[in-house]
Amino acid sequence: MNNVLIYTENFDGKFKKSIYEIASYGSEIARQLGGQAIAISLGDVAEGELKSLGTFGISKVLTASGDLFDTFQNLPYAAAIAQAANQENAGVIIFSASNIAKAIAPRVSVKLKAGMVFAATGLPSNLNPFTVPKKVFHGKAFADVVVGSERKIISLSQNSFGLREHPADIVIEALPTETSTASAIRVIDTQKASGKILLNDAEIIVSGGRGLKSADNWQPIEELAEILGAATACSRPVSDEGWRPHSEHVGQTGKIVAPNLYFALGISGAIQHLAGVSSSKVIVAINTDKDAPIFEAADYGIVGDVQKVLPQLNDAFRKFKAEN
Amino acid sequence: MKILVCISNVPDTTTRIKLSSDQNAIDLSNVQWIINPWDELALTRALELKESSGGSIESVSIIHVGNAGSEATLRKALAIGADDAMRVDAAPADAYAVAHEIAEAVKDKNFDLILCGIESSDYNGSAMGGMLAEFLNMESVSSVSKLEIEGAEIKLNREIAGGYEVIAAQAPVIAIVQKGIAIEPRIPSMRGIMMARKKPLVVVPATGAKALTEFVHYTPPQPKAACKMIAADNPAELVNLLHNEAKII
Repeated sequence: MNNVLIYTENFDGKFKKSIYEIASYGSEIARQLGGQAIAISLGDVAEGELKSLGTFGISKVLTASGDLFDTFQNLPYAAAIAQAANQENAGVIIFSASNIAKAIAPRVSVKLKAGMVFAATGLPSNLNPFTVPKKVFHGKAFADVVVGSERKIISLSQNSFGLREHPADIVIEALPTETSTASAIRVIDTQKASGKILLNDAEIIVSGGRGLKSADNWQPIEELAEILGAATACSRPVSDEGWRPHSEHVGQTGKIVAPNLYFALGISGAIQHLAGVSSSKVIVAINTDKDAPIFEAADYGIVGDVQKVLPQLNDAFRKFKAEN
Repeated sequence: MKILVCISNVPDTTTRIKLSSDQNAIDLSNVQWIINPWDELALTRALELKESSGGSIESVSIIHVGNAGSEATLRKALAIGADDAMRVDAAPADAYAVAHEIAEAVKDKNFDLILCGIESSDYNGSAMGGMLAEFLNMESVSSVSKLEIEGAEIKLNREIAGGYEVIAAQAPVIAIVQKGIAIEPRIPSMRGIMMARKKPLVVVPATGAKALTEFVHYTPPQPKAACKMIAADNPAELVNLLHNEAKII
């Protein structure tokens, strides 16, 4: 049970940074346990992409593709991961804390009677008892969770561990799968924005609040996002007003994000908003109210009207980008 | 059709979290308890579906695992419009134990649609709904932001990276729901509050399901250094600090 199994979810056949992050994390745990770090990849992923996992300490990758795995389905995916954990004698199973992990990790947990920690924030602080750190109350406190079961499942928060290269020779092996796990659920349509930087992947997020006054005033926000290669986001009142889509709402009841740099522009910083952004490495705030709670969470602040400050700030960033 | 909504009882989301002096527990004295926000949206959607179903949805039930202290929260759910409530009489030790208890309590009750919130606002586990689906051996759809019933078909939007999928499912199914499923949670009316007192709230004995995880210690977030203020007429200084001091761009 010293092996670690890492579910390496792909996005249109590619691995994102968060997957290399869990490969780094899982192989570090495997080294501590004295076992192997083994990945499982479901759906079509090219050989070169699979082998790239070796850079981060993965020594074997199990693959399964075909009809069962063409589109994401809970039942065959969870069954294949549990099967791989049994085959490889994996005591710890790692996911990236994504929507996919929310769908299947709990099923794998019940199949394997494995206690689960969702959105872990770092390595186990102790292997016996197996103790994993995570945030609770959306970052208002940190907790240590002891997983008492023989098997353990950890979903790692994005951008909480980083990438650690540890090159390993990697072999690719097919996982034999059964067809009896097919699902009666059908995907009848897929709507996906292409070419847009997704909030959960973004290293930089430019987020606007009520201080922008109206949906018509979003252009400088979009501009800043474009200059920096950032994703755009908003506070809850903005999405409730319909100024921006709900998918852009970050905060306790919207998306929880952890970029390297978060711009809170015209956002006062209600406790629920801060709960969704407090894991950001650096927060910049612009607000007219010098006493706004956002300045307690921010690293850098400007007191001023975002509509006046932002165009000048955009010019300054443009100049910086031109020179660097 | 019968709908079940799983309800968690959580501290109000504006609560300032205090730790006990030994930091082994969260100090829950003087906490205002509410329906978990995602469960509240799930309940709201269930009631909307029932009201527009022309009688084909016969009931919206709720279930909760907790001690008697959470009955005020369950009465609120009944006041909003749920028809009946079950409380499994056990402390909610972890998601695994809660899902196991709920599965045991409802496995013979033939619910066609079970709604769960995608996470609870206290321990942020994002686990209970998926575990319940596995215990009940039911199909499930997670990250659901829209749910309609069209004849025998249940149509759901599942949020994926960069967009959503439209999914067709058949009952029985578990939908694990998030923001977008309903817009505004409902506020109980005076009549609703009166009626809720007469609605059934059944206490179900626990089966003694075991937890697999335990929260053992808490620490407060590290205090943040003071925000460095930059003059509004000097945004170039912000760019300079982000580059040379924070080294983030």
